[in-house]
Amino acid sequence: MIEIQNVRKSFGQMEVLKGIDLTVAKGEVLTVIGGSGSGKSTLLTCINGLEPIDSGKILVDGTEVHAKSTNLNKLRQKIGIVFQQWNAFPHLTVLENVTLAPRKVLGMSKGEAEAIAEKQLRHVGLGDKLKTFPTRLSGGQQQRMAIARALAMSPDYMLFDEVTSALDPQLVGEVLETLKMLAEEGMTMICVTHEMAFARDVSNRVAYFHKGVMAEIGAPDQIFGAPQEEVTRQFLASVR
Amino acid sequence: MFDYTFQWKQAMAKLPQMLDGAVVTMEVAVLSMVIGILLAVVLTLLRLSGSRPLAAIATTWVEIARNTPALFQIYMAHFGVASFGIHFSPFVSLLIGITFNNAGYLAENFRGALKAIPETQTRAGRSLGMSQLQAFRYIILPQMLRIAFLPMTNQMVWAILMTSLGVTVGMNTDLYGVTQDLNALTFRTFELFAIAAVIFYVITKIITLGARLLAARLFRY
Ligand SMILES: Nc1ncnc2c1ncn2[C@@H]1O[C@H](COP(=O)(O)OP(=O)(O)OP(=O)(O)O)[C@@H](O)[C@H]1O
Ligand SMILES: [Mg+2]
Repeated sequence: MIEIQNVRKSFGQMEVLKGIDLTVAKGEVLTVIGGSGSGKSTLLTCINGLEPIDSGKILVDGTEVHAKSTNLNKLRQKIGIVFQQWNAFPHLTVLENVTLAPRKVLGMSKGEAEAIAEKQLRHVGLGDKLKTFPTRLSGGQQQRMAIARALAMSPDYMLFDEVTSALDPQLVGEVLETLKMLAEEGMTMICVTHEMAFARDVSNRVAYFHKGVMAEIGAPDQIFGAPQEEVTRQFLASVR
Repeated sequence: MFDYTFQWKQAMAKLPQMLDGAVVTMEVAVLSMVIGILLAVVLTLLRLSGSRPLAAIATTWVEIARNTPALFQIYMAHFGVASFGIHFSPFVSLLIGITFNNAGYLAENFRGALKAIPETQTRAGRSLGMSQLQAFRYIILPQMLRIAFLPMTNQMVWAILMTSLGVTVGMNTDLYGVTQDLNALTFRTFELFAIAAVIFYVITKIITLGARLLAARLFRY
């Protein structure tokens, strides 16, 4: 379970998260929508401790992310994150990209790590690209590799930050399919996305962020069918 | 006025001794590069450490190495430290001097190479649970060494040529030192130094070529 309690965060003078309260249960798929600069990415990077927070608390399975005593390297093993920019490691093959962390962080043998990596890469449809270097892959393939790389750590949670936004339109579908598959398998996921159809189809709940505040949260039917807040209505009208 | 008669035969008879010297030259250059690269990585880490004093030490090193004559650096490693009662053999002093120079230049090359690697690479590594050091070691370092490979090759060539400065601290077993001693005995100045120059040239060419072959094997992407 991820518990976010009254989290505030500023960059300099600008407050980017203005007291966020949110709980994501095991097995839930939450999508986060909202305008540019509303704090969605910041929230995700706070959850895995890449960014510090100013006040409030984030608990992952009861462990306080920003407590001094928390071993972040350990905690991050159970929180996979995939960014808009997929960050393939260019000097490593697809297989090596995926085995690196299991070997160096989890201390797996090469054979063990490769077995897991192959399984995950096949899972995302890259079973025939193991020995390829990422520069030879399309954006969609690189993004799926990044997903497999995160999955190889056997995380309990997956955070996705606009993973299709940097892709050519014809490659968006294959990555969304991968996310859908994970959701159906019961992975706990927080997906920041601009793909409204995806949000409607896949999520248990949808959260709408507006200027650092979570303006509204609810089932997809409610958010898309009968939004309660004026700002949500305006946003949805603007993206349609 | 021009009454110097070339005597190549006499000079060529010294070739075996000169080649022995070339081996020593190679030893100094290779050692100074290996240690120099390791030290340059350490200097790079110090600069990235976020600690001001540590970064200042690294920057001072780089500044001195790049902005003073290599001759001065080798001289200091021999006669400079001797003032404090530390006495190194000419071989060791030459090695220290060139290594110091290599590390400084390479650290600067590494800094440039790092600028070409996006910050998000480290971030991706950290997200996978790697420590800062692991992310550097497994993600940043290999990319950095590739980008800096050509400057590293150039520095290796410089290291070879810098060994000739060893004569100022009494080094007489390397190619240049051997040649100078032979010259004092035979006075075949032009012939001996011409042969030495050719040997230097051949060595540096082999290094440049070898590096190109190595790069083709090493960098598969
Ligand atoms: N490292 C940073 N330093 C300073 N300001 C930042 C930093 N990261 C984000 N910001 C600012 O914080 C605000 C929220 O950014 P964030 O990336 O969380 O928005 P977002 O909702 O993800 O937007 P988008 O849809 O454009 O990705 C923005 O105004 C952004 O400029
Ligand atoms: Mg964002």
